[in-house]
Amino acid sequence: MPNIKVKGISAAVPEPVEDNNDFPLLTETERALFIKTVGIRYRRMAPTGLTASDLCLAAAEKLIADLNWAAEDIKVLVFVTQTPDYIIPNTASVLQQKLRLSKNCIAFDVNLGCSGYVYGLSIAGGLLQNMPGAKALLLVGDISTSTISMKDKSTAPLFSDAGSATALEHTAGAQIHFNLQTDGKEYDDIIIPGGGYRNQLNEKLLQYVEYEKGISRNGLHMKLDGIKIFNFGLREVVPNIEELLTEKGINKDGIDYFVFHQANLLMLESIRKKLKAAPEKVPYSLYDYGNTSSATIPVTLVTKLNHQLQAGRVKLLLSGFGVGLSWGSAYIETENIVCPKMIVI
Amino acid sequence: MELEDFINKFAECFNQTGTELFKPDTEFRKLDEWGSMMALIVIAMIDADFGKTVTSEDLKNAGTIAALFEIVKNK
Repeated sequence: MPNIKVKGISAAVPEPVEDNNDFPLLTETERALFIKTVGIRYRRMAPTGLTASDLCLAAAEKLIADLNWAAEDIKVLVFVTQTPDYIIPNTASVLQQKLRLSKNCIAFDVNLGCSGYVYGLSIAGGLLQNMPGAKALLLVGDISTSTISMKDKSTAPLFSDAGSATALEHTAGAQIHFNLQTDGKEYDDIIIPGGGYRNQLNEKLLQYVEYEKGISRNGLHMKLDGIKIFNFGLREVVPNIEELLTEKGINKDGIDYFVFHQANLLMLESIRKKLKAAPEKVPYSLYDYGNTSSATIPVTLVTKLNHQLQAGRVKLLLSGFGVGLSWGSAYIETENIVCPKMIVI
Repeated sequence: MELEDFINKFAECFNQTGTELFKPDTEFRKLDEWGSMMALIVIAMIDADFGKTVTSEDLKNAGTIAALFEIVKNK
């Protein structure tokens, strides 16, 4: 995709921290194995009333200020989330007015999770194609802790909350390359089955069901088939990345960092080894921030590559994969971008 | 792929179970250390070392390590 440049990235998390060493549904031995294997120790949990859009708003306000952007120059606002403020209207409209963007700004939501950052870059970049000189904001975030049962050990120790903002600009000569894929056959591997319009809200949906010891949830909670998702990651991510690199003639050894959706350390290390990428080229943020759904890639960029992104040229391979099932990779070259430290609200 | 090699790799996935307990007829799902985390670790090992994908159904259907080996071998 030509003429698109990333100018800045910011992220925000809620202040409250949960420690998986205190997670009550796992024994001490299980907690230690979980933290070592899945790689997640600390998780951020948004208090009631703090939404994904609030986190993204904080990230966006800081980024716009640091970039010294004029609100009227922002022509595109894409909000990627699976935890919107309302069912109707789209939350991007709420954010558009809070950010005081002009009426000439396109604003809409995209319902994607783990792959959402990469998809969002493609969508926002695509819209900018025909807007020379225009600027776009990609806001990506979720409060997934609101969607999980605290009585479900298969999901509760994984998820965490965060929001992010990425600034894109139509710049002649710049390039971002994408390879995006979907497999709807396994749409229910990660699903909140109730509360939409297929299974509308009713009293039965609110009743907890114990599926096995330590796994109880109701119909409004997220269900995740861990083994299926694990195998999906092992099966699809590396071919997707290698196809992108081959098709675009990108030298894998020239990539400075591979930034993956922070799902599961064991899975990510398997992917890293398959790609033959050196450990120092694959940063992880999941120990401190957990799986923040669509926001894991910007959270990793902000917390692990903050200095490198601000100080010079960086070649990045980004890869997101999960709910949908949806996955994709992007190759981006950045240069001295604005990347403020993690915002805590 | 040999059964002995498979059993050795399988045993290396575990931290707290004595190696003498890993035999062809070991019912691995009854080991104290077995659980959802160990399932992922074994799946990752089989993917990396044997290039095969093992599902949760495979793990359930294989009563013993030798049975799991046969499932993997025939994939």
